[in-house]
Amino acid sequence: MSGSALSDPASARILDVRDLRVSFPGKGWRAPRVDVLHGVSLDIRPGETVGLVGESGSGKTTIGRAVLGLVPVSGGTVEFRGERIEHATGRRRRLLSRHLQVVFQDPYASLNPSIPVGETLAEPLHAQGMTGHDARRKVSDLLDRVKLPGDAAQRLPREFSGGQRQRIAIARALAIGPELIVCDEPVSALDLTTQRTVLDLLLEIQQQTGVAYLFISHDLSVVRYLCHRVSVIHRGHIVESGEAGQVTTAPRHPYTQRLLLSAPVADPAAQRAHRIALHRRRIEETA
Amino acid sequence: MSTAQRFLRNPQAMASSALLALIVAAVLLAPVLASHLPGAAELGKAFAGPEPGHPLGFDSAGRDVWSRLLHGGGNSLGGALIALVVALGLGVPSGLVAGYYGKWFDSLANWASNFVMALPAMIVLLASRAILGPTVPVLMVVLGVLVAPSFFRLVRGIVANVRRELYVDAARVSGLRDRRIIARHVLIVVRAPIIIQVALVAGIAIGLQAGLEFLGIGSGDAPTWGAMLNEAFQNLQRNPLLMLWPGLALGLTSAALVLLASALRDVLEDRGAPVPNPRAARRVRVDPPTTPDTAGERASLLSVRDLAVSYGHGATAVEVVRGVDLDVAEGEVVGLVGQSGSGKSQTAFSVLGILPEGGRVTRGSVLVAGTEVVGLPEKEYRALRGGVIAYVPQEPMSNLDPAFTVGSQLVEPIRVRLGSSRKAATERALDLLRQVDITDPRRVFDSHPHEISGGMAQRVLIAGAMSCDPHLLIADEPTTALDVTVQAEVLDLLRRLQAERGLGVLLVTHNLGVVADLCDRVAVMEAGRVVETGDVEQVLKRPRHPYTRTLVEAVLDDVPARPAWVAPRIAEVPA
Repeated sequence: MSGSALSDPASARILDVRDLRVSFPGKGWRAPRVDVLHGVSLDIRPGETVGLVGESGSGKTTIGRAVLGLVPVSGGTVEFRGERIEHATGRRRRLLSRHLQVVFQDPYASLNPSIPVGETLAEPLHAQGMTGHDARRKVSDLLDRVKLPGDAAQRLPREFSGGQRQRIAIARALAIGPELIVCDEPVSALDLTTQRTVLDLLLEIQQQTGVAYLFISHDLSVVRYLCHRVSVIHRGHIVESGEAGQVTTAPRHPYTQRLLLSAPVADPAAQRAHRIALHRRRIEETA
Repeated sequence: MSTAQRFLRNPQAMASSALLALIVAAVLLAPVLASHLPGAAELGKAFAGPEPGHPLGFDSAGRDVWSRLLHGGGNSLGGALIALVVALGLGVPSGLVAGYYGKWFDSLANWASNFVMALPAMIVLLASRAILGPTVPVLMVVLGVLVAPSFFRLVRGIVANVRRELYVDAARVSGLRDRRIIARHVLIVVRAPIIIQVALVAGIAIGLQAGLEFLGIGSGDAPTWGAMLNEAFQNLQRNPLLMLWPGLALGLTSAALVLLASALRDVLEDRGAPVPNPRAARRVRVDPPTTPDTAGERASLLSVRDLAVSYGHGATAVEVVRGVDLDVAEGEVVGLVGQSGSGKSQTAFSVLGILPEGGRVTRGSVLVAGTEVVGLPEKEYRALRGGVIAYVPQEPMSNLDPAFTVGSQLVEPIRVRLGSSRKAATERALDLLRQVDITDPRRVFDSHPHEISGGMAQRVLIAGAMSCDPHLLIADEPTTALDVTVQAEVLDLLRRLQAERGLGVLLVTHNLGVVADLCDRVAVMEAGRVVETGDVEQVLKRPRHPYTRTLVEAVLDDVPARPAWVAPRIAEVPA
């Protein structure tokens, strides 16, 4: 573990996932359950960003949803701030929401289209008992922090672009000052330049508040930019974990290497070299 | 426009609700409007016609028809109201709980609802009358139970869908109680359908109740519209006019409710702005190109000059493409890049002649293999699309019909275009699948779209695009929906096909890596205009236009990795 430098590594972890297993019901009557996570482990320290990289169907989103309690866990443990939460429900889960928040991938589906932005932002505040004038002031603070105009509170989500909606979703996650935010592909639906500004916003917020991120993505370059450490997941197994610089530039596992070579780079000469290296790999693999 | 404003501007909603309000007001004011008691009989005046104080005359027992009509309306409408309240009270909460929580309650409630729906309503009502006695309110409660499943099924279906929305997940993570989530996020969605259903069920309840009374099931002493019909029917020979008044009251009330329901549907479920007759918009013919060749020599395969595309009409028209010049030579791959909304897809759609509804080319010239396609009749366009231009879309799955096998979707166009036999077309389709590196073409040929992966579906669409031996391929974000490892394979495939066939390619994408991988030249679009065109090496490495520079700088390929995490220095505040 890279956290060995710490005096007391166990207490320094804000999230500790051990041997997590999740299975979904099979299709059809009495069909066997399908395992999507086969014993996954990862941990996050306060103020740290840990990236989780994988392709569609790898189980990366399921890990985030299991941490948030949105899918039932069939095995293993999830420890958050020293407390076992893998089977937390109802009241305990609601108490956790003070410290554990989420930003989803789809900025269109994650905001209720018929509720003004200000009310959506006030929801977590109401849940914590803040009302009236205090809540309104907090909402305008939040909009300010994610660099949206103050009159945004009265408008409906459809009046905002994808990037602006994602800022609203980030503001909602920040509302009650959480210690960990699960970011499930928060920028993959956005344009290149919008993506960069949202990533910079996440970095800035982390520097200001010391919040930790579990950052789920399919894009190694995004993860390299934002994350301290990275885990690569393939078919429900974590195949490689390490410092972001090492995993995203000099990966050790063949799958990560293939992932890195497959992502095209915006430089014709470098991309040609990438392509040749990828072909060589394929030939080696089939041989 | 708010819902109330839409309601006020809908003539059908206004007329039907005004009629209903009139009927309800007349019924509520019965003691004032009718000067006689409904039960007061003057036997001598049986079947007598209208006279002062008795505007509709007398019935078979010499009672005032006007008074009975108004008082009877109270009983009829009141009965329907009871049924409605019972149905809402049973159906809506159970539907909410079943849809939101699912599990055993859902199974149980579904079973109960199916059971009730399987019962023949009239027979159950007749049996209830025999057991519970002839009291109308009790029978109306039974009727309410019988129609409750219509609310249950409606609410359950909608709630089960809303339950899966991300914003409900987000609300749960925000720490909201289920009760609050249901009240805020779920009820708002089911509100409109319930209101519509209420109007429909009210009509049904009034009709069924009248039916019962007409059969003589009711208590008999209180006047109702159904009972009045019954009495009038027995005396049809002596005074047919007695049938008219209760019939008219029933008919008007039911019709008003049905019309109101359909108007409410329009008012409540209409969200977007009205589209100004899209069909007419598409038919607008464009004058032959007016602009002379301003940008020099035109490429032989595809040449676009001063292209403009607009949506909408008159003052509200929006120009999304504003004077685009673009050339693709034979065997050349040209990338068209830009952010979403920059007009790159609209440019591609204009070349293909498949602009979405409401969009039209307002200016400019598009030459495809020497043919001017702006203003080209649809029939000739179709021939061009089948023979010279081919298209690969962004979403492979939504471009395959889930109801047909992959093979039949490949064979059909080949047969239509080349006029070949089914056997020859099948051979050709299998050959094409082999050419796009599908290892087991027969299996894919026989599969339905849901049985193959997204990458496989994109290969199938590329095979379909190649079936007519095109010269120009238009690919709109062909790899955006795919995983990176699959994307690399599809890019390889496109490169190989392009080289083997000498295809000219117009590649629309937002991914500069894809551009670097495939393209010879690039055109960069911003807000409907091409701001920079050039060799791919030059544009990506030495961009000239500031906008291109912004795009290239946003690429994260070369950013340094984030430095390792350091423990925060902030002292722990004791909790």
